[in-house]
Amino acid sequence: MNAITTANPAPEALPTVTPDRIPLLLLPVLAIAALPLMGSFSTWVTLTFAGLAMGMIIFIIASGLTLVFGLMDVLNFGHGVFITLGAFLATTVLGRMTGWTESESLLRNLLAVLPAMGLAMVVAGGVGLAFERLIIRPVYGQPLKQIMITMGGMIVGVELIKVIWGAQAIPLPLPAAFRGSLLFGEAAVEKYRLISVIVGLAVFAVMFWVLSRTKVGLLIRAGVQDREMVESLGYRIGRLFVGVFVAGSALAGLGGVMWGLYQQTVTPEMGGQINVLLFIVIIIGGMGSVGGCFIGSLLVGLVANYAGFLAPKVALFSNILLMVIVLMWRPEGLYPVGKR
Amino acid sequence: MSAPLLQLEGVHTHIGAYHILHGVDLQVARGELTVLLGRNGAGKTTTLRTIMGLWPPSSGTIRFDGGEIGALSTPEIAHRGFAYVPENMGIFGDLTVRENMLLAARGAKRVEDIDAARLEWVFGLFPALRRFWQHPAGLLSGGQKQMLAVARAIIEPRQLLLIDEPSKGLAPAIIQNMIVAFRELKQTDTTILLVEQNFHFARQLGDQVAVMDGGRVVHAGSMADLAGDEGLQQRLLGLSLAAHQ
Repeated sequence: MNAITTANPAPEALPTVTPDRIPLLLLPVLAIAALPLMGSFSTWVTLTFAGLAMGMIIFIIASGLTLVFGLMDVLNFGHGVFITLGAFLATTVLGRMTGWTESESLLRNLLAVLPAMGLAMVVAGGVGLAFERLIIRPVYGQPLKQIMITMGGMIVGVELIKVIWGAQAIPLPLPAAFRGSLLFGEAAVEKYRLISVIVGLAVFAVMFWVLSRTKVGLLIRAGVQDREMVESLGYRIGRLFVGVFVAGSALAGLGGVMWGLYQQTVTPEMGGQINVLLFIVIIIGGMGSVGGCFIGSLLVGLVANYAGFLAPKVALFSNILLMVIVLMWRPEGLYPVGKR
Repeated sequence: MSAPLLQLEGVHTHIGAYHILHGVDLQVARGELTVLLGRNGAGKTTTLRTIMGLWPPSSGTIRFDGGEIGALSTPEIAHRGFAYVPENMGIFGDLTVRENMLLAARGAKRVEDIDAARLEWVFGLFPALRRFWQHPAGLLSGGQKQMLAVARAIIEPRQLLLIDEPSKGLAPAIIQNMIVAFRELKQTDTTILLVEQNFHFARQLGDQVAVMDGGRVVHAGSMADLAGDEGLQQRLLGLSLAAHQ
């Protein structure tokens, strides 16, 4: 194979690559705009941390959902069941380890919480695999049936959870070392919220690394844009989708543990309640975009906390309003995925 | 004459309620470039997509290198040694040129794993790809995207390239560049099935030609014979070669 020199009539320069940072600016703009309304700086710090913590947990749960939609156009309205499952598994594991969770030792607390998170991820991932095989696979490419059957799957899943754990709310107290607040001047930041932010950032970092630095991540990003071409290149997108679905379910299980600890109470309906927020987040972010999902989650967390403090009566409506505003500005979400 | 590398016999394809291919018979000779010509809607693109398993045949046989592939999935067909460049080029616009190439090199986990000599050869064919290696492919011009699409198809050796209208929408200078690149490819004994509407482009490259109309192959023979017979061109394509030049 001898290299040949061909005439190259193509222009020498391409348009400059300028990453779209405007959606990133929304977070500081929103936070700064809220500052004068809060009355005191310490209240603002507390609410901002609460919002970020809530946003990080939502991101952990929603990231798999947005990738599942991006890869296969599957809208899984049953995602909430994995959240509930993870949270109830945590009540079982942590309920049997009260000696460890009530200890003042952070290490003993972690040795109780980490297995609970691990078990929640493994079981939610396994149930996700069965969910994909039995419920979603028969309705690929049929959006209306997907909505109906995934909602039905969620109802059945929640009823099964009630059979196992009962229909009543179960308390899920924070481990002793996770309770209380850290003081920054006059501002109090709950330790668990700080932990949630750290865990959320860690999940985002791992996801970012996988998506940008590994071939599997490359395949996922390519599959979100044009799955037919990925198959034509010789890759089995169905297997990739199953892997993403299982990983997304496992992350929802992890998010369920974190959300349960955040609320300190677990109910069979919690997954369904948070489902609305998840869809708001992935629509705001741009369906299929992990980066957009991250920004969208933090925006939703901040808006929910600021609105809950400033105008509790409109708090429930605030995230719908946020979604409407974002979609009026960018109808395909903050980071639209260039789909074919 | 050796057995054809690819052979379609009586292939019918339905897309939903529509019956698109009505018994396609087609042979692609090993080591040659076969051009599939025909008017819009003749069934050329559907034929390529059917071969790739993207629209599975409803009846008929597709044999590749002696084995039946009509019932295989698209990834399985790709693994048999096919490379496919669709009409829309199938470029992943949000990925860089480098990432597009890495995806096409199935055997490579990292760019460093790609055969360096082959990559240099591809850069020789399409120098723009080296310059824009780290750029998002979505920012490339139409011609550069087409170069990337073909480069992806040849970054690893494949037995058969299926290429759908590579000259579509390209400036004449870039089409000439593509012709030079395809000639170089032909020298490597790569078998190519090329769908084209631009007869001037097709004539310069084709060894064999098949003309489709109404979802069937209505003529098959050597490109030299078709290029030399203006009456046949008029009858099959509705235009003489002169009208395309």
